[in-house]
Amino acid sequence: MIAALAAKQPAHLLLDVHYGSDMDEGDVALRNLTYRLFVELGRAPTAADVAAAAGSSAGAVRSGWERLHDAHALVLQSGLTELRMANPFSAAPTAYRVLARDRWWYANCAWDAFGVCAALHADGRIETSCADCGQSIAIDVHDQQPDDRSVLFHCLVPASRWWDDIVFT
Amino acid sequence: MNLFRSEEHIDRWLGGRDAGATISVTKLSEMAHAWWGDRLDPDWRPHTRDQNQEILDRLELTGPFWSLA
Repeated sequence: MIAALAAKQPAHLLLDVHYGSDMDEGDVALRNLTYRLFVELGRAPTAADVAAAAGSSAGAVRSGWERLHDAHALVLQSGLTELRMANPFSAAPTAYRVLARDRWWYANCAWDAFGVCAALHADGRIETSCADCGQSIAIDVHDQQPDDRSVLFHCLVPASRWWDDIVFT
Repeated sequence: MNLFRSEEHIDRWLGGRDAGATISVTKLSEMAHAWWGDRLDPDWRPHTRDQNQEILDRLELTGPFWSLA
C-alpha cells in the first residue's frame, strides 16, 4: 500500500518546490519508488509497475501521481494516466539522448541531459543537435566536466515561468 | 533549453524574439549537478524554492531572469 510506504517516513508535511502546497510523506515515498523503478527498469514505469512494487492498485498510484504532478514532483501525460517526465528523465523520446551506465536515456532538455549524468552519478555521453542549424552535437561528460566547452546553452524562459508550460520550457 | 554552436546560431534561432539567458556548457553542467544530483537518493526530499534559489545564487546565476519567485 502507498500508506505502508508512508509509514516508513516521519509523519510531517513537506514544502513543495514552487507553490508551497503540501506533499505528504506517502506522496514522497511514491515519488521515490517511481524514480527508483525508472532507473531499475530503464524506462518509465507504468502505474501497474509501481502498484505491483508498492502492493497497491494502479488507481491509487495514479491518484498519487496526480498530486505529485500538481506539486511539480513529476509530470504526467495529458490524460494524467502515465508518466511524461520524471525530471531529468523523459518517458518519451526527445532530441536529447544520454548514454550513461551502459544504456541510453532520454532527457527533457539540454539541462536535463546533464542532469541524467548528475542523477545517476555517472559519466556519460550527450547526443543532440544545434537547435539552430541541426548540426550534431556530442559531448562527453567526465567527472562532471564536458569535453567540448565551446557549446552554448540558451534558456529562453525566465525561471519564474518554467512551470507555466514545462514541456515548452 | 537548447544547445547551440555559437552566439550567432542563438541569434538566428531567436529570429527577433527577446533573448533569455546564455551560459557556457561548463556552467550548465555545474548547474545540472547541483540541481539534479539528489534526484535518485532513496531519502530524497523536495527542495524548497529558497533551496533552489540558493543553488542558482551559488553559481552566480542571479538577477530577474534567474529569480524563481
